[in-house]
Amino acid sequence: MFTLKTGRFPLLEANPNLVYLDNASTTQKPEPVIRAISEYYQTRNANVHRAVYRLAEASTYAYEGARNRVARFIGASSSKEIVFTRGTTEALNLIAHSLTRTFLHPGDVIIVTQMDHHSNIVPFWLAAREQGLHLRFWPITQTGELDIQDLETLWSEQVRVVTLPHVSNVLGTVNPIPSVASFVHERGAFLVLDAAQSVGHMPFDVSELGCDMAAFSSHKMYGPMGIGVLWVREQILDSLVPYQGGGEMIATVSETDITFNEPPYRFEAGTPNVEGAVGLAAAIDFLDSLDREKIWEEEQKLARYGAEVLSDIEHLTLYGEAAIRAPVFTFNLEGVHSHDLAQFLDSRSIAVRSGHHCAQPLLHRLGATSAVRASLGICNSKEDLDRLVDALEDARRYFQ
Amino acid sequence: MNELDILYQELILQHYKHPRNREPLSGNFIIHENPSCGDSLRLQIEWEGSDRIRRVVFDGHGCAISIASASIMTELLSGRTRLEALEICKRSLSYLRRDPRDSMDPGEGIDLGDLRALAGVRQFPLRVKCATLAWHGIEKELKSTISTPKLVGKDLNPR
Ligand SMILES: Cc1ncc(COP(=O)(O)O)c(C=O)c1O
Repeated sequence: MFTLKTGRFPLLEANPNLVYLDNASTTQKPEPVIRAISEYYQTRNANVHRAVYRLAEASTYAYEGARNRVARFIGASSSKEIVFTRGTTEALNLIAHSLTRTFLHPGDVIIVTQMDHHSNIVPFWLAAREQGLHLRFWPITQTGELDIQDLETLWSEQVRVVTLPHVSNVLGTVNPIPSVASFVHERGAFLVLDAAQSVGHMPFDVSELGCDMAAFSSHKMYGPMGIGVLWVREQILDSLVPYQGGGEMIATVSETDITFNEPPYRFEAGTPNVEGAVGLAAAIDFLDSLDREKIWEEEQKLARYGAEVLSDIEHLTLYGEAAIRAPVFTFNLEGVHSHDLAQFLDSRSIAVRSGHHCAQPLLHRLGATSAVRASLGICNSKEDLDRLVDALEDARRYFQ
Repeated sequence: MNELDILYQELILQHYKHPRNREPLSGNFIIHENPSCGDSLRLQIEWEGSDRIRRVVFDGHGCAISIASASIMTELLSGRTRLEALEICKRSLSYLRRDPRDSMDPGEGIDLGDLRALAGVRQFPLRVKCATLAWHGIEKELKSTISTPKLVGKDLNPR
């Protein structure tokens, strides 16, 4: 009843029995994305920005065209605000490095949340250690949400940056970004958004959200691996110190001086992932062809249905009960370790992830060391959740 | 036997549900963890004199495979000398990791007890680490205490 007409996913078609519930780790790729990548290599491959021959021009055009496509997709005011990175992780490392070095002073405070992914906590932790900054954790509530009251309690004049996930990759919680943005901006601080789990699932517009920068990965939104995006508001990006050094990011290099290229190129040292950018643009076309409002509506139905049926299972602990949630479900079944449970589900052709999901502070807060996560996307249906529930009931019998 | 039952043999599930020598530890113990999954075992050797292991005890949390393997390990090592124990560790680790293309069976000529029921893990490369967790931990401990046998006897407060 919930299934979207999703076009063709060759891997899923070749494995009709597979119930793929690991979309939060990475999504499967639709045929147009795979085709765009191979077409790029068959017709336009050359290095970008560096040569005058027509093939190089075609390649540069493809790469810069993808940048424009991303800018329009997320409501950026210009494609100059789009920096291509290896993924969310590199985007967050870049911003943690450059933002702190440009604007922060020893003693300043960065707020991360208890539901952050390691790729958000660790880069800011490293920057803090090197520059004498402090990290504070914004705690989650009993329901696995963030309460602005708690942010207010944590606040002090030294807070300069708040960084948080749009959607928790463990709890599925959708955080109230526009309210957090007003709170943070009224106090003159920056808001960094980890959008890894949201961009491929819901309408996403940076001007509506109100954050100052956002990071996401192509491979979690039906595009290829190895490419992602850092969006930064133009006035801020203009003043940031560089991250990596190399070709493309400089204007001139002499024995006595170096001048840097304009943004976004200043932040893209070396030969970029052109194939990835082309694939990402194809994924964006694909998502737009499905209507993002509609995708999010369907995914929220799956989220509500999943939370309901999983909560009904005896001896199962489902973590997080946010009012607005994405179809990401993390749970433990009493007496069965998450690895064993995931192995059991695999024997039923249900692919889920087990472990700590790169969020150890959160798991610790939840009183768990590991858990199983089922995460859904546009290829899933209510029937997939029913199969999961049946298998979970059998698993308990198997290990008891 | 289906694939899953090859991994979770009845004997393995028995060790998981009723592990041998698992009890809350006090005094000195070593913690051995698998950082990729968060599993964590605490291991303790009770010595008899400076060279003979009276008993290996453990606690902690882990999956069925890592708990069963730890339980089997405590059975195999209790009563052994340090050198015997090290040899059993070496053989067990290569037995668990055995590449099916190898002609030599690392389990040949040695009593590996219930560990043989864990051989199914070789068909699940991602789970080999679970099976070897306890073994790596105890091997490290056995090696690290070689040069200071006297201290070991005292510090580990044998009961
Ligand atoms: C919330 C969140 N942030 C960051 C990341 C890191 O993304 P990537 O591994 O693509 O860099 C992930 C996914 O693993 C995530 O779920």
